[in-house]
Amino acid sequence: MSGVLSFAARRALQVVPLLLIVSLLIFALVHAAPGGPLSLYLDNPNVRPEDIERLRGQMGLDQPLPAQYVAWLRAFVAGDWGYSYADGRPVMDRLLERVPATLQLVGISTLVAVIAAIVVGLLSSAHRGFDRATTIAAVAGISLPVFWLGLVLQLVFSNALGWLPSSGRSSFGGTDWLDRVAHLVLPATVLAAAHAAAWSRYLRTSMQQALREPFITGARSRGVSERRIITRHALRNALLPFVTVVLLDASMMASGAVVTESVFAWPGVGGLFTEALAKRDYTVLMAFLMCGSVAVAVLNLVADVAVHALDPRTRGES
Amino acid sequence: MIAMPRAGRRTAQVAATGLVLLVFLAVLAPYVAPYGVDTIDLAHRRAAPSPLHWFGTDELGRDVLTRVLFGARISLAIGLVSAALSAAIGVTVGAMAGYFGGATDAFLMRATDAMLSVPRLPLLMIAAAVLAPGVPLLIVLVGAAGWMETARVVRAEVQSITTRDFVAAARALGGTATRVLLRHVVPGVVPTAAVSMTLAVGRGILLESALSFFGVGVQPPAASWGNMLYQAQTTMSSEPWLALFPGAFIFGTVLCCNVLGDSPSVGSRDPRTGV
Repeated sequence: MSGVLSFAARRALQVVPLLLIVSLLIFALVHAAPGGPLSLYLDNPNVRPEDIERLRGQMGLDQPLPAQYVAWLRAFVAGDWGYSYADGRPVMDRLLERVPATLQLVGISTLVAVIAAIVVGLLSSAHRGFDRATTIAAVAGISLPVFWLGLVLQLVFSNALGWLPSSGRSSFGGTDWLDRVAHLVLPATVLAAAHAAAWSRYLRTSMQQALREPFITGARSRGVSERRIITRHALRNALLPFVTVVLLDASMMASGAVVTESVFAWPGVGGLFTEALAKRDYTVLMAFLMCGSVAVAVLNLVADVAVHALDPRTRGES
Repeated sequence: MIAMPRAGRRTAQVAATGLVLLVFLAVLAPYVAPYGVDTIDLAHRRAAPSPLHWFGTDELGRDVLTRVLFGARISLAIGLVSAALSAAIGVTVGAMAGYFGGATDAFLMRATDAMLSVPRLPLLMIAAAVLAPGVPLLIVLVGAAGWMETARVVRAEVQSITTRDFVAAARALGGTATRVLLRHVVPGVVPTAAVSMTLAVGRGILLESALSFFGVGVQPPAASWGNMLYQAQTTMSSEPWLALFPGAFIFGTVLCCNVLGDSPSVGSRDPRTGV
């Protein structure tokens, strides 16, 4: 067990330089704007030049860039994420109040995608004909532009059929759970679709690898039923790489959430990001990217440690 | 030719034909398009698809089919050139990391990991918003955001090639690192890099369309599939054809790329591909 702990500790230490690189990248990006973070005000005729100078001094933007970077990073780590340019509220408050909606959407979507992927992956490793059909469906699912799928589903189920609401998290003043579920259906479907397609392919591939192992032949020769071989013997071996991929895909989930929340006006963090983008609200944008990267790095760390702890075969090299 | 174990030769041929046809239509757009790309026809605004306008017209009476064909020029150019750029960076980084190992490898792979842990689309959206890029800069941005997958698979491939006898022989004969890499190792990763690049074309088109869909990519009046969707969004319920056709072309093109590159989810797939 101590082996696992020291592996986790060593792996966690690697995350620190990684996040430093990420923070440099994000900082450099925002300051690459002509006029820097205040560029929005430069274009606004109602903002006087002396006001811009005053803001510049207040926000430390007249300091040399390396000093600004250190100051920003230090404040960020300490939990001082600055204030939103758009409404002057603390960035952390604005992000945190949006987190529950995003967690709900991403959580449900991940759950739906995982279940769909396991069902499809199992069926396609058991039936050849089913496999051909799902191969086509899965490649199509991976190729679908998320935002277009969202628009088409809105068109069909909200505009044409009128079965489901097209935007928001609940109707105005609506509080009952049926209303909330109805609002969740379309965005969750859109966010789950691409991942279900990719993950089902991945599970199928690792199932096929597992089914070629000698212990499967052994089980077959002992007369174990094919159904049991697939659901017990092969699935157990294929499940670990599958779980790893699900965790590693967190970064894609974040990108998908931004698109989906924007198309369906879902009041989550991704929606906040697109709002902030339209207003060039750089403090919010920087905090969003940093939090997103930290979350992804942590989930990748969890995936690595989980594999290391659960699968003795991966411990050889260290 | 790239081996296509899973997609099947027939399917791959269909996909290749589709892509070639689309490239032809895009290149010949000024000649084959039924109308001018910016020809405004206010008498036939918001017309539904008809024999006269196969894909209908938009709010200024511009022919949607024409704009889809002209959009193909931009979308394909961005997809192809950015993929080439990604492949160039990815092969360079992957080959150096795999061949030299040690500190070089550690540094390059940390940088790759770092790039992979930033959510790609939001990063690009900020970059595009900050830099307000024209098409050339947009290509550079999309290309610079997509080399990590290639770098990883190339590195693994180079590591295995480097252990082979002919590489040892080339070294023993006094070949410099550069020479051994370029003449003996890199040719071996061409198939891998080609598959990776095919997938990158589809990913580049998706990224461009997503950026344009959020209004930070290709700017109107130039037509790209993404910015046509962006403009279609508000009037979608009354004029659905404005959203359906550009999106169908994005979907079809990316599908062809993914079929050709043999679905990104199989075999040695890196799980973090796609938008």
